[in-house]
Amino acid sequence: MTDDHQLRVGKIENGTVIDHVTGGQALNVLAILDIDGSGGEEVSVGMNVPSDRIGRKDIVKVEGRELSQGEVDVLSLIAPDATINIVRNYDVVEKHRVERPAEVVGVLSCPNANCITTEREPVDSRFTVLADGVRCAYCGTLIREEFATHIDVG
Amino acid sequence: MWHDHVLTAKQFSRADIETVLDRAADFDGPTGDTRHTDSLLGLLFFEPSTRTKMSFETAIKRLGGDTIDMGSVGSSSVSKGESLADTVRVIEGYADALVLRHPKQGAAKMASEFVDVPVINAGDGAGHHPTQTLLDLYTIRENAGLDDLSIGIMGDLKYGRTVHSLAQALTNFEVTQHFVSPESLALPPTVRYDLDEAGASVEEHTGLDGVLPDLDVLYVTRIQRERFPDENEYRAVASEYGIDLGTLENAKDDLSIMHPLPRVDEIDPAIDDTDHATYFEQAHNGIPVRMALLDLLL
Repeated sequence: MTDDHQLRVGKIENGTVIDHVTGGQALNVLAILDIDGSGGEEVSVGMNVPSDRIGRKDIVKVEGRELSQGEVDVLSLIAPDATINIVRNYDVVEKHRVERPAEVVGVLSCPNANCITTEREPVDSRFTVLADGVRCAYCGTLIREEFATHIDVG
Repeated sequence: MWHDHVLTAKQFSRADIETVLDRAADFDGPTGDTRHTDSLLGLLFFEPSTRTKMSFETAIKRLGGDTIDMGSVGSSSVSKGESLADTVRVIEGYADALVLRHPKQGAAKMASEFVDVPVINAGDGAGHHPTQTLLDLYTIRENAGLDDLSIGIMGDLKYGRTVHSLAQALTNFEVTQHFVSPESLALPPTVRYDLDEAGASVEEHTGLDGVLPDLDVLYVTRIQRERFPDENEYRAVASEYGIDLGTLENAKDDLSIMHPLPRVDEIDPAIDDTDHATYFEQAHNGIPVRMALLDLLL
């Protein structure tokens, strides 16, 4: 069944398939990857596809791109069930589920305008990952939803 | 080493707090002490401060040491655009410990990552003020003990950093914390998160009347005029969250009233002459407590 849905959006030659993304989060995944189409990336997206495992899922296939750990860390916040498939020559050569890290560094901006990390200081943002969100390690601000709006990875 | 830095009250265990308070009791008297004759304390105050800065100056001088002072922000290299990280790295070369007050939350934590000398957070925006908390706890212990208490904390709970630190520290003790404020100035989610995580006994109120008779301690804070766009709204709130002799008719005889000072209209001066008034004693306690803290850090 999964193969059918992957065929629906076409195979890629080299790149990454992000599968089992929480339904409706595909556009946020693209935001995390800083993909808005202007860079000419070849991207396929399936949204709200039936899934045995998570009910409804999104799928994002990105040609010619493998994800950084920082990107995967943020992905884990909005799509904790996601799987990352690395594709080379049309074959999946690596497949793993995302893992929630203990902290995410340099990938989210603190929404507290009075936090020291929003100043021109030589310090990365740092968020401790909680069961139900993340928390700024500097000012303590909690983010519990809409992580994509705070993404600061290029 | 007791702690490398003092950044938030959350870092303190009950044993940490008792260590400071016990040592403070040793310093709480007229006897001089010169055990830190060679110590220089760097004062980096990016915001105006009178009592916190002067009490740190007094504390280190009473230990035989001295201070170096960055001066006002306007006259320092900060006005040329120097980062806080660079400033503390430079002053680290001059001083044995840094006392930092800064308008940005998390400033002291960030500073601590760039230096090897102890950083003491003397207030970071609406974040924390852990040394104030230690002197608050010392005062509470002197007047009421530290367990089996009902403690009211009233005023600006949203932006009041002394409240945030005190609330976190009190989770180490058997107390019920009653927070009294207008809804617009209630505890921020981040502080409430810590209290819930610590399993603290917490009640929130919008008025003092119902809870006052139960209180052993009432900690009053200033409601800041600048938080209100409308002057009339400020006046209405400020008068509702102030206390006078009439307010105290239903209070326990031994209710201890505290305030981190400065006060404006929150406590009627008529209360100063009653046994309830503890705020000037509280301010005085800043000296032995900060002496104890410096003695542990240096």
